[in-house]
Amino acid sequence: MRNLFLFIRRYFTIISFLLLQALALSMLFRYNKYHRAVFLGKANEITGYFNSQYDKVEDYFLLKEENRRIHRMNDSLLNLLQENFMKVDTGVSAYSDTTRYDTTRLVRRYFIRSARVLSNSINNQKNYFQVNRGARHGIKDNMSVINSDGAVAGQIVNVSENFSQAMSLLHIQSRVNAMLKKSRTNGRVEWDGKNPQYLVLRDIPKSDSVSIGDTVLTGLFSYNFQPGWMIGTIAGIVDDKSTNFYVLQVKPAANFQNLQQVFVIENLQRNEQVTLDRATQKKIDELNRRKQ
Amino acid sequence: MSETLRNITRFVLFLGLQVYVLDKIPALHRFIIPVIYYLFILWLPFSVSRFWLLIIGFITGLSYDYFTNHPGLHAAACVLIAYIRPFVVNLLTPKDSSEFNYREPSAKAMGWAPYSVYVFVLTLLHHGYLVFLEWLEFGSLLDFIIKVIATTGIGMLLILTAEVLFPRKLKFRTNVA
Repeated sequence: MRNLFLFIRRYFTIISFLLLQALALSMLFRYNKYHRAVFLGKANEITGYFNSQYDKVEDYFLLKEENRRIHRMNDSLLNLLQENFMKVDTGVSAYSDTTRYDTTRLVRRYFIRSARVLSNSINNQKNYFQVNRGARHGIKDNMSVINSDGAVAGQIVNVSENFSQAMSLLHIQSRVNAMLKKSRTNGRVEWDGKNPQYLVLRDIPKSDSVSIGDTVLTGLFSYNFQPGWMIGTIAGIVDDKSTNFYVLQVKPAANFQNLQQVFVIENLQRNEQVTLDRATQKKIDELNRRKQ
Repeated sequence: MSETLRNITRFVLFLGLQVYVLDKIPALHRFIIPVIYYLFILWLPFSVSRFWLLIIGFITGLSYDYFTNHPGLHAAACVLIAYIRPFVVNLLTPKDSSEFNYREPSAKAMGWAPYSVYVFVLTLLHHGYLVFLEWLEFGSLLDFIIKVIATTGIGMLLILTAEVLFPRKLKFRTNVA
Protein backbone atom coordinates (compact mmCIF):
# COMPACT_ATOMS: atom_id res chain seq x y z
CA MET A 1 0.00 0.00 0.00
CA ARG A 2 2.79 2.35 0.94
CA ASN A 3 4.50 1.62 -2.35
CA LEU A 4 1.34 2.46 -4.18
CA PHE A 5 1.13 5.86 -2.52
CA LEU A 6 4.80 6.46 -3.21
CA PHE A 7 4.24 5.55 -6.83
CA ILE A 8 1.30 7.92 -7.16
CA ARG A 9 3.26 10.68 -5.48
CA ARG A 10 6.25 10.15 -7.67
CA TYR A 11 4.34 10.14 -10.94
CA PHE A 12 1.61 12.52 -9.85
CA THR A 13 2.11 14.97 -12.73
CA ILE A 14 2.11 12.43 -15.51
CA ILE A 15 -0.86 10.62 -14.02
CA SER A 16 -2.87 13.82 -13.82
CA PHE A 17 -1.76 14.66 -17.35
CA LEU A 18 -3.00 11.35 -18.66
CA LEU A 19 -6.25 11.65 -16.72
CA LEU A 20 -6.98 15.11 -18.10
CA GLN A 21 -6.10 13.98 -21.62
CA ALA A 22 -8.42 11.01 -21.26
CA LEU A 23 -11.18 13.28 -19.99
CA ALA A 24 -10.76 15.71 -22.88
CA LEU A 25 -10.57 12.97 -25.51
CA SER A 26 -13.60 11.13 -24.12
CA MET A 27 -15.52 14.42 -24.28
CA LEU A 28 -14.37 14.81 -27.83
CA PHE A 29 -15.08 11.34 -29.16
CA ARG A 30 -17.74 9.80 -26.93
CA TYR A 31 -20.12 12.71 -26.83
CA ASN A 32 -19.42 14.39 -30.08
CA LYS A 33 -22.55 13.57 -31.90
CA TYR A 34 -23.36 17.09 -32.89
CA HIS A 35 -26.22 17.54 -30.48
CA ARG A 36 -25.15 15.56 -27.48
CA ALA A 37 -22.04 17.29 -26.25
CA VAL A 38 -21.43 17.36 -22.50
CA PHE A 39 -22.87 20.24 -20.51
CA LEU A 40 -23.59 22.03 -23.75
CA GLY A 41 -26.99 23.09 -22.44
CA LYS A 42 -25.57 24.76 -19.33
CA ALA A 43 -22.62 26.23 -21.20
CA ASN A 44 -25.07 27.50 -23.78
CA GLU A 45 -26.68 29.76 -21.20
CA ILE A 46 -23.33 31.28 -20.23
CA THR A 47 -21.87 31.74 -23.70
CA GLY A 48 -25.30 32.96 -24.80
CA TYR A 49 -25.14 35.77 -22.26
CA PHE A 50 -21.74 37.00 -23.49
CA ASN A 51 -22.67 36.57 -27.13
CA SER A 52 -25.84 38.62 -26.72
CA GLN A 53 -23.79 41.45 -25.16
CA TYR A 54 -21.44 41.37 -28.14
CA ASP A 55 -24.34 41.16 -30.53
CA LYS A 56 -25.84 44.39 -29.21
CA VAL A 57 -22.77 46.21 -30.51
CA GLU A 58 -22.33 44.24 -33.69
CA ASP A 59 -25.93 44.84 -34.73
CA TYR A 60 -25.28 48.47 -35.55
CA PHE A 61 -22.71 47.68 -38.17
CA LEU A 62 -25.00 45.37 -40.09
CA LEU A 63 -28.20 47.38 -39.97
CA LYS A 64 -28.00 48.74 -43.49
CA GLU A 65 -27.53 45.36 -45.13
CA GLU A 66 -30.18 43.84 -42.89
CA ASN A 67 -32.66 46.57 -43.73
CA ARG A 68 -32.16 45.93 -47.42
CA ARG A 69 -32.82 42.22 -46.98
CA ILE A 70 -35.96 42.74 -44.94
CA HIS A 71 -37.26 45.22 -47.47
CA ARG A 72 -36.72 42.68 -50.22
CA MET A 73 -38.46 39.98 -48.21
CA ASN A 74 -41.42 42.29 -47.57
CA ASP A 75 -41.58 43.07 -51.24
CA SER A 76 -41.84 39.42 -52.14
CA LEU A 77 -44.54 38.90 -49.51
CA LEU A 78 -46.57 41.91 -50.69
CA ASN A 79 -46.67 40.37 -54.11
CA LEU A 80 -48.36 37.31 -52.66
CA LEU A 81 -51.33 39.23 -51.20
CA GLN A 82 -54.78 38.09 -52.19
CA GLU A 83 -55.70 41.54 -53.53
CA ASN A 84 -53.17 41.30 -56.30
CA PHE A 85 -55.10 38.57 -57.98
CA MET A 86 -58.53 38.33 -59.51
CA LYS A 87 -60.67 35.49 -60.67
CA VAL A 88 -61.06 35.32 -64.41
CA ASP A 89 -64.56 34.59 -65.60
CA THR A 90 -63.99 32.47 -68.64
CA GLY A 91 -67.64 31.65 -69.15
CA VAL A 92 -66.92 28.19 -70.27
CA SER A 93 -64.94 25.93 -68.06
CA ALA A 94 -65.13 22.34 -67.11
CA TYR A 95 -66.24 21.94 -63.52
CA SER A 96 -66.11 18.89 -61.45
CA ASP A 97 -69.19 18.72 -59.35
CA THR A 98 -67.71 18.25 -55.97
CA THR A 99 -64.90 20.16 -54.35
CA ARG A 100 -62.00 17.97 -53.56
CA TYR A 101 -60.75 20.06 -50.70
CA ASP A 102 -62.38 21.15 -47.52
CA THR A 103 -62.58 24.82 -48.39
CA THR A 104 -63.96 25.94 -45.05
CA ARG A 105 -60.81 25.55 -43.02
CA LEU A 106 -57.08 25.41 -43.36
CA VAL A 107 -54.71 23.27 -41.34
CA ARG A 108 -51.48 24.90 -40.38
CA ARG A 109 -48.41 22.87 -41.31
CA TYR A 110 -45.57 25.26 -40.60
CA PHE A 111 -45.11 27.80 -37.88
CA ILE A 112 -42.52 30.53 -38.20
CA ARG A 113 -40.82 32.36 -35.34
CA SER A 114 -38.39 35.20 -35.62
CA ALA A 115 -35.02 35.09 -33.87
CA ARG A 116 -31.70 36.84 -33.82
CA VAL A 117 -28.29 35.29 -34.36
CA LEU A 118 -25.94 35.95 -31.45
CA SER A 119 -22.77 34.21 -32.48
CA ASN A 120 -21.71 32.56 -35.65
CA SER A 121 -18.67 30.78 -37.01
CA ILE A 122 -17.58 29.82 -40.49
CA ASN A 123 -13.90 28.99 -39.99
CA ASN A 124 -14.28 25.53 -38.50
CA GLN A 125 -15.32 22.28 -40.03
CA LYS A 126 -18.25 22.08 -37.68
CA ASN A 127 -19.89 25.46 -37.70
CA TYR A 128 -22.72 26.44 -35.42
CA PHE A 129 -24.60 29.60 -34.72
CA GLN A 130 -26.45 30.58 -31.62
CA VAL A 131 -29.87 32.26 -31.65
CA ASN A 132 -31.65 34.16 -28.91
CA ARG A 133 -34.69 31.90 -28.60
CA GLY A 134 -34.87 28.74 -26.56
CA ALA A 135 -37.19 26.17 -25.06
CA ARG A 136 -39.09 28.98 -23.33
CA HIS A 137 -40.06 30.37 -26.73
CA GLY A 138 -41.07 27.01 -28.12
CA ILE A 139 -37.92 26.18 -30.04
CA LYS A 140 -37.25 22.46 -30.37
CA ASP A 141 -34.57 20.33 -31.98
CA ASN A 142 -34.70 19.79 -35.75
CA MET A 143 -36.44 23.02 -36.62
CA SER A 144 -35.01 24.68 -39.69
CA VAL A 145 -33.56 28.19 -39.82
CA ILE A 146 -33.71 30.60 -42.74
CA ASN A 147 -32.26 34.07 -42.86
CA SER A 148 -34.12 37.29 -43.52
CA ASP A 149 -33.46 36.84 -47.21
CA GLY A 150 -35.39 33.58 -47.30
CA ALA A 151 -32.23 31.54 -47.77
CA VAL A 152 -31.64 28.37 -45.76
CA ALA A 153 -29.06 28.80 -43.01
CA GLY A 154 -29.19 25.62 -40.93
CA GLN A 155 -31.17 23.63 -38.39
CA ILE A 156 -31.53 23.70 -34.62
CA VAL A 157 -29.60 20.93 -32.89
CA ASN A 158 -29.57 21.93 -29.25
CA VAL A 159 -31.89 23.96 -27.08
CA SER A 160 -31.46 25.47 -23.64
CA GLU A 161 -33.87 27.59 -21.63
CA ASN A 162 -33.26 30.93 -23.37
CA PHE A 163 -30.92 30.16 -26.25
CA SER A 164 -30.46 27.53 -28.88
CA GLN A 165 -27.68 26.29 -31.11
CA ALA A 166 -28.14 25.66 -34.77
CA MET A 167 -25.96 23.58 -37.05
CA SER A 168 -25.07 25.73 -40.03
CA LEU A 169 -25.18 24.37 -43.57
CA LEU A 170 -21.41 24.71 -43.30
CA HIS A 171 -21.11 21.67 -41.05
CA ILE A 172 -19.67 18.45 -42.33
CA GLN A 173 -22.53 16.47 -40.79
CA SER A 174 -25.22 18.63 -42.34
CA ARG A 175 -27.51 16.88 -44.83
CA VAL A 176 -30.37 18.74 -46.43
CA ASN A 177 -32.89 17.28 -48.81
CA ALA A 178 -32.86 19.52 -51.89
CA MET A 179 -34.30 19.79 -55.37
CA LEU A 180 -33.55 21.63 -58.56
CA LYS A 181 -36.14 24.33 -59.13
CA LYS A 182 -36.19 23.69 -62.87
CA SER A 183 -36.86 19.97 -62.92
CA ARG A 184 -37.84 19.17 -59.31
CA THR A 185 -35.22 16.44 -59.26
CA ASN A 186 -34.37 15.36 -55.78
CA GLY A 187 -30.89 15.46 -54.31
CA ARG A 188 -29.09 16.27 -51.12
CA VAL A 189 -26.95 19.20 -50.14
CA GLU A 190 -23.89 18.64 -47.98
CA TRP A 191 -20.65 20.41 -47.22
CA ASP A 192 -17.25 18.80 -47.72
CA GLY A 193 -15.59 20.92 -45.03
CA LYS A 194 -13.24 22.60 -47.42
CA ASN A 195 -14.36 25.87 -48.88
CA PRO A 196 -17.04 27.86 -47.03
CA GLN A 197 -17.95 29.55 -50.32
CA TYR A 198 -19.43 26.37 -51.78
CA LEU A 199 -21.77 23.56 -50.77
CA VAL A 200 -22.06 20.26 -52.59
CA LEU A 201 -25.22 18.91 -54.20
CA ARG A 202 -25.25 15.15 -54.80
CA ASP A 203 -27.62 12.49 -56.11
CA ILE A 204 -28.82 14.40 -59.16
CA PRO A 205 -28.83 11.80 -61.97
CA LYS A 206 -26.92 12.57 -65.14
CA SER A 207 -30.07 12.07 -67.15
CA ASP A 208 -31.13 15.44 -65.83
CA SER A 209 -29.97 18.56 -67.61
CA VAL A 210 -28.19 20.91 -65.29
CA SER A 211 -26.61 24.23 -66.11
CA ILE A 212 -24.67 26.79 -64.15
CA GLY A 213 -26.92 29.29 -62.41
CA ASP A 214 -29.79 26.87 -61.78
CA THR A 215 -31.59 27.43 -58.50
CA VAL A 216 -31.48 24.82 -55.74
CA LEU A 217 -34.40 24.74 -53.30
CA THR A 218 -35.15 22.70 -50.18
CA GLY A 219 -36.67 19.40 -51.22
CA LEU A 220 -40.19 18.07 -50.94
CA PHE A 221 -39.25 15.10 -48.81
CA SER A 222 -37.69 16.69 -45.78
CA TYR A 223 -39.20 16.44 -42.30
CA ASN A 224 -37.27 19.40 -40.98
CA PHE A 225 -37.30 21.85 -43.85
CA GLN A 226 -40.26 23.49 -45.48
CA PRO A 227 -40.09 22.82 -49.22
CA GLY A 228 -39.24 25.63 -51.59
CA TRP A 229 -36.83 27.83 -49.65
CA MET A 230 -33.75 28.74 -51.59
CA ILE A 231 -30.46 27.04 -50.77
CA GLY A 232 -28.30 28.47 -53.51
CA THR A 233 -27.39 28.45 -57.16
CA ILE A 234 -25.24 26.00 -59.07
CA ALA A 235 -21.74 27.33 -59.58
CA GLY A 236 -19.84 24.37 -60.94
CA ILE A 237 -20.45 20.94 -62.40
CA VAL A 238 -18.05 18.11 -61.72
CA ASP A 239 -18.54 15.25 -64.11
CA ASP A 240 -17.70 12.21 -62.01
CA LYS A 241 -17.13 9.43 -64.55
CA SER A 242 -17.47 6.63 -62.02
CA THR A 243 -21.11 7.23 -61.14
CA ASN A 244 -24.35 8.13 -62.79
CA PHE A 245 -24.78 11.16 -60.60
CA TYR A 246 -23.49 14.67 -60.81
CA VAL A 247 -21.43 16.30 -58.10
CA LEU A 248 -22.55 19.90 -58.20
CA GLN A 249 -20.99 22.91 -56.53
CA VAL A 250 -23.61 25.16 -55.03
CA LYS A 251 -23.04 28.76 -54.10
CA PRO A 252 -25.16 29.28 -50.97
CA ALA A 253 -27.77 32.02 -51.14
CA ALA A 254 -27.30 32.90 -47.49
CA ASN A 255 -24.32 34.99 -46.57
CA PHE A 256 -23.04 33.00 -43.59
CA GLN A 257 -20.62 35.77 -42.74
CA ASN A 258 -23.35 38.12 -41.54
CA LEU A 259 -26.35 36.12 -40.42
CA GLN A 260 -28.40 38.52 -38.35
CA GLN A 261 -32.17 38.27 -38.20
CA VAL A 262 -33.45 34.78 -38.91
CA PHE A 263 -36.70 32.82 -38.93
CA VAL A 264 -37.08 29.47 -37.24
CA ILE A 265 -39.56 27.23 -39.05
CA GLU A 266 -41.35 24.48 -37.21
CA ASN A 267 -42.95 21.59 -39.02
CA LEU A 268 -46.03 20.99 -36.86
CA GLN A 269 -46.62 17.55 -38.33
CA ARG A 270 -43.04 16.37 -37.95
CA ASN A 271 -43.80 14.05 -35.03
CA GLU A 272 -46.58 12.37 -36.93
CA GLN A 273 -44.40 11.90 -39.99
CA VAL A 274 -41.48 10.51 -38.01
CA THR A 275 -43.71 8.18 -35.99
CA LEU A 276 -45.33 6.91 -39.16
CA ASP A 277 -41.94 6.36 -40.71
CA ARG A 278 -40.76 4.32 -37.74
CA ALA A 279 -43.98 2.34 -37.54
CA THR A 280 -43.68 1.44 -41.23
CA GLN A 281 -40.13 0.32 -40.71
CA LYS A 282 -41.19 -1.85 -37.79
CA LYS A 283 -44.09 -3.34 -39.66
CA ILE A 284 -41.94 -4.27 -42.64
CA ASP A 285 -39.34 -5.82 -40.37
CA GLU A 286 -42.01 -7.90 -38.70
CA LEU A 287 -43.40 -9.04 -42.03
CA ASN A 288 -39.94 -10.09 -43.13
CA ARG A 289 -39.39 -11.98 -39.94
CA ARG A 290 -42.64 -13.84 -40.34
CA LYS A 291 -41.72 -14.83 -43.88
CA GLN A 292 -38.50 -16.46 -42.82
CA MET B 1 -1.63 44.28 -9.51
CA SER B 2 -1.26 40.93 -7.87
CA GLU B 3 -0.06 37.96 -9.81
CA THR B 4 -3.38 36.13 -9.68
CA LEU B 5 -5.45 39.13 -10.64
CA ARG B 6 -3.17 39.89 -13.54
CA ASN B 7 -3.45 36.37 -14.88
CA ILE B 8 -7.22 36.29 -14.53
CA THR B 9 -7.42 39.56 -16.48
CA ARG B 10 -5.14 38.09 -19.10
CA PHE B 11 -7.30 34.95 -19.35
CA VAL B 12 -10.43 37.01 -19.98
CA LEU B 13 -8.64 39.26 -22.47
CA PHE B 14 -7.14 36.43 -24.48
CA LEU B 15 -10.38 34.48 -24.59
CA GLY B 16 -12.31 37.61 -25.58
CA LEU B 17 -9.75 38.46 -28.23
CA GLN B 18 -9.93 34.97 -29.66
CA VAL B 19 -13.72 34.60 -29.62
CA TYR B 20 -14.81 38.12 -30.50
CA VAL B 21 -12.00 39.40 -32.70
CA LEU B 22 -9.98 36.64 -34.35
CA ASP B 23 -12.91 34.29 -34.89
CA LYS B 24 -14.96 37.10 -36.41
CA ILE B 25 -12.37 37.89 -39.05
CA PRO B 26 -13.44 36.53 -42.43
CA ALA B 27 -11.19 33.59 -43.23
CA LEU B 28 -8.35 34.51 -45.56
CA HIS B 29 -8.03 30.91 -46.56
CA ARG B 30 -9.33 27.72 -45.04
CA PHE B 31 -5.84 26.80 -43.81
CA ILE B 32 -4.97 30.17 -42.34
CA ILE B 33 -6.75 30.32 -39.02
CA PRO B 34 -5.42 32.80 -36.48
CA VAL B 35 -5.28 31.33 -32.99
CA ILE B 36 -3.73 33.14 -30.05
CA TYR B 37 -5.67 32.25 -26.88
CA TYR B 38 -3.06 29.67 -25.79
CA LEU B 39 -0.51 32.44 -25.35
CA PHE B 40 -2.14 32.70 -21.92
CA ILE B 41 -0.60 29.34 -21.03
CA LEU B 42 2.75 30.34 -22.49
CA TRP B 43 2.80 33.48 -20.38
CA LEU B 44 1.91 31.86 -17.04
CA PRO B 45 4.52 32.49 -14.33
CA PHE B 46 7.37 30.06 -13.79
CA SER B 47 6.22 29.60 -10.21
CA VAL B 48 3.00 27.77 -11.13
CA SER B 49 3.36 24.11 -10.16
CA ARG B 50 3.15 21.50 -12.85
CA PHE B 51 -0.13 20.10 -11.57
CA TRP B 52 -1.81 23.51 -11.55
CA LEU B 53 -0.41 24.22 -14.98
CA LEU B 54 -2.30 21.17 -16.25
CA ILE B 55 -5.52 22.19 -14.53
CA ILE B 56 -5.30 25.77 -15.82
CA GLY B 57 -4.54 24.48 -19.30
CA PHE B 58 -7.56 22.22 -19.21
CA ILE B 59 -9.87 25.02 -18.05
CA THR B 60 -8.52 27.42 -20.69
CA GLY B 61 -9.04 24.95 -23.49
CA LEU B 62 -12.46 23.91 -22.28
CA SER B 63 -13.71 27.50 -21.95
CA TYR B 64 -12.74 28.16 -25.54
CA ASP B 65 -14.30 24.86 -26.59
CA TYR B 66 -17.67 25.86 -25.23
CA PHE B 67 -17.57 29.00 -27.34
CA THR B 68 -16.87 26.93 -30.45
CA ASN B 69 -19.22 24.08 -29.49
CA HIS B 70 -16.62 21.38 -29.72
CA PRO B 71 -15.96 20.21 -26.14
CA GLY B 72 -12.63 18.49 -25.60
CA LEU B 73 -10.77 19.55 -28.72
CA HIS B 74 -8.82 22.57 -27.51
CA ALA B 75 -8.82 21.22 -23.96
CA ALA B 76 -6.75 18.23 -25.08
CA ALA B 77 -4.29 20.41 -26.98
CA CYS B 78 -3.93 22.85 -24.07
CA VAL B 79 -3.32 20.08 -21.54
CA LEU B 80 -0.60 18.76 -23.83
CA ILE B 81 1.26 22.06 -24.09
CA ALA B 82 0.79 22.69 -20.37
CA TYR B 83 2.45 19.33 -19.72
CA ILE B 84 5.33 19.91 -22.15
CA ARG B 85 5.96 23.53 -21.13
CA PRO B 86 8.18 22.87 -18.04
CA PHE B 87 10.44 20.54 -20.05
CA VAL B 88 10.96 23.14 -22.77
CA VAL B 89 11.58 25.87 -20.19
CA ASN B 90 14.15 23.67 -18.43
CA LEU B 91 15.94 22.97 -21.69
CA LEU B 92 16.12 26.63 -22.60
CA THR B 93 17.08 28.12 -19.24
CA PRO B 94 20.71 29.05 -18.70
CA LYS B 95 22.38 26.59 -16.40
CA ASP B 96 23.35 29.03 -13.66
CA SER B 97 19.97 30.07 -12.41
CA SER B 98 21.19 33.35 -10.95
CA GLU B 99 20.83 34.93 -14.35
CA PHE B 100 17.41 33.54 -14.83
CA ASN B 101 15.18 35.05 -12.29
CA TYR B 102 12.32 36.72 -14.06
CA ARG B 103 8.77 35.97 -13.15
CA GLU B 104 7.42 34.58 -16.40
CA PRO B 105 8.60 33.58 -19.89
CA SER B 106 9.19 36.52 -22.20
CA ALA B 107 11.65 37.63 -24.83
CA LYS B 108 13.35 39.82 -22.29
CA ALA B 109 13.62 37.12 -19.69
CA MET B 110 14.89 34.35 -21.93
CA GLY B 111 16.45 36.20 -24.86
CA TRP B 112 14.90 36.38 -28.28
CA ALA B 113 16.31 33.16 -29.71
CA PRO B 114 15.39 30.81 -26.84
CA TYR B 115 12.01 32.52 -26.47
CA SER B 116 11.25 32.02 -30.17
CA VAL B 117 12.20 28.38 -29.89
CA TYR B 118 10.00 28.04 -26.81
CA VAL B 119 7.04 29.61 -28.61
CA PHE B 120 7.69 27.67 -31.79
CA VAL B 121 7.83 24.26 -30.12
CA LEU B 122 4.65 24.79 -28.13
CA THR B 123 2.79 26.37 -31.05
CA LEU B 124 3.73 23.49 -33.29
CA LEU B 125 2.63 20.97 -30.66
CA HIS B 126 -0.64 22.78 -30.01
CA HIS B 127 -1.62 23.08 -33.66
CA GLY B 128 -0.21 19.70 -34.58
CA TYR B 129 -2.26 17.95 -31.93
CA LEU B 130 -5.34 20.03 -32.67
CA VAL B 131 -5.28 19.33 -36.39
CA PHE B 132 -4.40 15.69 -35.71
CA LEU B 133 -7.57 15.30 -33.62
CA GLU B 134 -9.62 16.99 -36.32
CA TRP B 135 -7.98 14.77 -38.90
CA LEU B 136 -8.99 11.62 -36.97
CA GLU B 137 -12.59 12.60 -37.54
CA PHE B 138 -12.26 13.49 -41.21
CA GLY B 139 -9.79 14.83 -43.76
CA SER B 140 -6.82 13.85 -45.83
CA LEU B 141 -3.13 13.63 -44.96
CA LEU B 142 -1.96 16.38 -47.29
CA ASP B 143 -4.55 18.75 -45.86
CA PHE B 144 -3.33 17.79 -42.41
CA ILE B 145 0.31 18.65 -43.11
CA ILE B 146 -0.42 21.91 -44.90
CA LYS B 147 -2.81 22.98 -42.18
CA VAL B 148 -0.30 22.33 -39.39
CA ILE B 149 2.37 24.36 -41.20
CA ALA B 150 0.03 27.21 -42.10
CA THR B 151 -1.57 27.54 -38.66
CA THR B 152 1.81 27.32 -36.94
CA GLY B 153 3.19 30.03 -39.21
CA ILE B 154 0.33 32.42 -38.58
CA GLY B 155 0.41 31.58 -34.86
CA MET B 156 4.14 32.40 -34.59
CA LEU B 157 3.57 35.64 -36.47
CA LEU B 158 0.78 36.67 -34.10
CA ILE B 159 2.65 35.80 -30.93
CA LEU B 160 5.91 37.47 -31.90
CA THR B 161 3.98 40.56 -33.00
CA ALA B 162 2.18 40.56 -29.66
CA GLU B 163 5.54 40.30 -27.91
CA VAL B 164 6.92 43.32 -29.79
CA LEU B 165 3.78 45.39 -29.44
CA PHE B 166 3.16 44.74 -25.76
CA PRO B 167 6.45 44.50 -23.91
CA ARG B 168 5.53 43.42 -20.42
CA LYS B 169 7.13 45.27 -17.56
CA LEU B 170 8.83 42.41 -15.83
CA LYS B 171 10.34 42.80 -12.41
CA PHE B 172 13.06 40.63 -11.06
CA ARG B 173 11.86 37.98 -8.75
CA THR B 174 13.38 38.88 -5.42
CA ASN B 175 13.35 37.35 -2.01
CA VAL B 176 11.52 40.34 -0.60
CA ALA B 177 8.38 39.95 -2.65
